Amino acid sequence: MTPTVIIQLFVFLLAGFVGFQTITRIPPLLHTPLMAATNAISGISLVASLVLAGSNQGLFSTILGTIAVGCATANVVGGFLITDRMLAMFKPAKLEAKESVA
Amino acid sequence: MIITTGIQLAYLSSAALFVMALRSLGQPTTARRGMQMAAFGMLVAVCATLVDQRIVSYEWLIVGLVAGGIVGYPLGMWVPMTAMPQRIAFSHAFGALAATFVGVGEYLHGLHAETLSHGQTLALSFEIFLGSLTVTGSLMAFGKLQGILPGAPITFRGQNLFNLSLFAVGLASLVWLVATPYDVTFFMVILVIGTLVGILMVLPIGGADMPVIVSLLNSYAGLAAVATGFALDNNILIVVGALDGASGFILSMAMSKAMNRSFANVLFGAFGSESGGADEGASASGGEMVAIEADDAAIRLAYSQRVIIVPGYGLAVAQAQHQVRELADQLEKRGVDVSFAIHPVAGRMPGHMNVLLAEAGISYEKLLDMDDVNDRFSDADVVLVIGANDVVNPAARTNRSSPIYGMPILNVQDAKSVIVLKRGRGKGFSGVENELFVSPKASMLFGDAKQSIAQLGVEIKQV
Repeated sequence: MTPTVIIQLFVFLLAGFVGFQTITRIPPLLHTPLMAATNAISGISLVASLVLAGSNQGLFSTILGTIAVGCATANVVGGFLITDRMLAMFKPAKLEAKESVA
Repeated sequence: MIITTGIQLAYLSSAALFVMALRSLGQPTTARRGMQMAAFGMLVAVCATLVDQRIVSYEWLIVGLVAGGIVGYPLGMWVPMTAMPQRIAFSHAFGALAATFVGVGEYLHGLHAETLSHGQTLALSFEIFLGSLTVTGSLMAFGKLQGILPGAPITFRGQNLFNLSLFAVGLASLVWLVATPYDVTFFMVILVIGTLVGILMVLPIGGADMPVIVSLLNSYAGLAAVATGFALDNNILIVVGALDGASGFILSMAMSKAMNRSFANVLFGAFGSESGGADEGASASGGEMVAIEADDAAIRLAYSQRVIIVPGYGLAVAQAQHQVRELADQLEKRGVDVSFAIHPVAGRMPGHMNVLLAEAGISYEKLLDMDDVNDRFSDADVVLVIGANDVVNPAARTNRSSPIYGMPILNVQDAKSVIVLKRGRGKGFSGVENELFVSPKASMLFGDAKQSIAQLGVEIKQV
């Protein structure tokens, strides 16, 4: 194994721990927004798709890359929009009362 | 060199933003701001990538970005909250498709440039296996949730054996490909097997088990991203993939636990596949369901002090969340204390009911988790069960022979009285009789949930 791979394994392990710690603290109330959020964030595969689509490795690779860019972008755009839409709906009682007065 | 360092630093900052965003999701008050930070982090990562020197032409990138934006906007803004489970399943397929295509593209690149190492091949094969599996699995889940495919489990003789042997062949091909990275046939075999495993994995999963499988596919999509990161030496992909994988894994564990079933049981069990479906009202204990009219139910609700509403999947099907809110407002105007009890597996995805009720404008402080609400049922004068069945079935506590025995339930039977809104006299998804419905405490209000609730609201106004 090369030193790079070792470092990558460390990154994976530590990120996994951080993920476990952070996500176990998210209440069931917000589990649907959580799924939408991880979905949006997983659109990060866009960075790999961009390189594939733009690096001129032949027509087939470019087509694959372009479709991948499209899919990943759809996830990023749609994912962040829908998460924001959902989170905007979660209101505390005080705010709700104010709105019904107005 | 400077550019490369700059890109890596940009990735580092977006990784930090993503982790902080997930942390802020711990509370509804901070969640929205946190996700805006994550969106900013994504923008940073994408802009940094665009100056990467490996990218030599931008025409196709723009095509992809614009097309993705056009598809993504309606997926974000126009999808109704009731359709959230299928929407999420659908975008898992999108993400996994991107990962799979990147994997295929990188493999072909390595094949022509003759730069494939054993390690990279291992990462790429994992990537396309998990990726293709998630694509078809998610599309199947989407089809079932959307009602395009039959929602009932589809099983055949020797199914588990067949699936496992297919999986084993896939694994063997993977090992072989890593040993001989330039053997394209095995790369294709892995791709095909991944595709098949995805379909076969979701076939035997029934409607009520969907929360587990949707979360699990979330986890697989994350792991595919991790494999991409290893294959391309890209740390941000590893970090995000790990976060995603952890999230999906935690959610599917939580869902399995809420149904008192092991992972293996959900995946291989095909729960309730042999049950007969709808049946008459009489149960094993010999009781009869007692029907109630809307005006009587309204009087009972109006003159009670504490009402707990238990929403289930039936609420989402009937799209009755706004009517429920109006009903709750009517009751609160009369000084009734109204809260909502939400079981972890109510609906078709984790937290689905919360989103629906929040959409209707009910404040999240009234939405109580199972652990918080279970002690309060004994104080409730009336519990209103809307389209929920198995999650309130006392057999899960009392009847050892029941298939749902041991599943944590909402203790609705502790309340002073119960009104159940139900479409008809049939059984729930699992095909299990519900003793609650025939108990002397319970009255049944039959009919479409949306109409029944609207009628209750009207009647309460007149009380």
